[in-house]
Amino acid sequence: MATPLTREQMAWRAAQDLPDGAYVNLGLGMPVLAANYAPSDREIFYHSENGILGVGPVAQGAEIDPELVDAGSQRVTLRDGASVFDSAASFAMIRGGHIDITILGGFQVAGNGDLANWDANVPNKGPLIGGAMDLAAGAKAVYVIMRHCTRDGGARLVTTCSYPLTAPACVKRVYTDLAVMDVNAKSSSFVAREVIPGLSREELTAATGAPLIFAPDCGDLLAPELPAD
Amino acid sequence: MIDKRVDGLDAALAGIAPGASIMISGFGNAGIPANLLEGLGAMGLSGLTVILNAIRRLEESNPVFFAEGQIDHVITTAFRGPGQETAAFERQWQDGKLTFEIVPQGTFAERIRAGGAGVPAFYTPTAAGTPLAEGREQRDFDGQTCILETALTADVALLRAQKADRYGNLFFTGTQSNFGAAMATAARLTIVEVEEISAQTLRPEQIHLPGIYVQRVLQAARQD
Repeated sequence: MATPLTREQMAWRAAQDLPDGAYVNLGLGMPVLAANYAPSDREIFYHSENGILGVGPVAQGAEIDPELVDAGSQRVTLRDGASVFDSAASFAMIRGGHIDITILGGFQVAGNGDLANWDANVPNKGPLIGGAMDLAAGAKAVYVIMRHCTRDGGARLVTTCSYPLTAPACVKRVYTDLAVMDVNAKSSSFVAREVIPGLSREELTAATGAPLIFAPDCGDLLAPELPAD
Repeated sequence: MIDKRVDGLDAALAGIAPGASIMISGFGNAGIPANLLEGLGAMGLSGLTVILNAIRRLEESNPVFFAEGQIDHVITTAFRGPGQETAAFERQWQDGKLTFEIVPQGTFAERIRAGGAGVPAFYTPTAAGTPLAEGREQRDFDGQTCILETALTADVALLRAQKADRYGNLFFTGTQSNFGAAMATAARLTIVEVEEISAQTLRPEQIHLPGIYVQRVLQAARQD
């Protein structure tokens, strides 16, 4: 019986792909958890779009500065070498292509790399974009963490997004609770790199609403046991 | 002699008229001009346009703006209330009493920066290929589709800084600067509340925003 990854394990798996020296922006929700799980021997600068390069751990006790928050409104610390700046400078950093990797949440990703993550058409609620469109269009690489299927079993990996797009053809890699997949934009398909043990290729294919190819070296998706955040 | 210090909220906010467009700084709880917002809400103006990152914070901190229908139009990156319930501003929008324009946050910041820098419009790939691009002028640069975005200016900007001197030079702390630095350049009247008015002139290398962009500074302790 295959056990899907927890949200912490999905974030852990994505964090293993952040290289030493990277400048990284993590979206709200599961993506921001990745900062807890990157290997400690790598120097990674986390960018926060409200104006920080070098976000440190959440502030405790005397460290708390109410005028120093991250994009999730958490009171944070700064790491060694960090800097702060205004929003226009912060988004110039994103839009100018200086951020190496952004990890975002998603509602849907299409086989051509289209991302929908800002408007799920909730009735009686207004829209919220935040920095998602700028990050999706501006970062050098866009990774997505999301569950493989919706609560009622519907596909989130699709041929064409039914929700409004955040940006076209931007996603490179998707981390789900079942698999790690690369986007093959040329053939509008997903390429499975790792799959959780015990899940058959037929089962993963059935859970995926777009063409799915298995990489020749496709291996097991393994993550350590992690306490809930 | 230049002296941009003012005494009290009334002097700080004097002259703001019904129908004014007002840029409001703040991201999370950093850089919120809470004292100025309280004073503005108490003025009971109508027909306001507010330009700010997230509208929900204004409703949470100053419900009077919505209870009294003071706001007609919102330009924002986040027109959504918390949780599943419909917020007052969401209801007013559904009832046709309030309109809004939703803008990606980087485009929002850059439109304000452009407004302050005399750049009337610019092209950006952000939002190209999305529903926001519908009806927009588009152009390809180096094979990348971009959309035309126009500058934003306003009658008034309200922001918070840590320190000012009598020239209106500003020093920000933490992430307090956020949208305020650009908003100050894009508004015809910039009003700043600060934790401290420095008796001594700020050192030139310490100044994050030059006083040319600031008309009034009010000393007002941070509200938590």
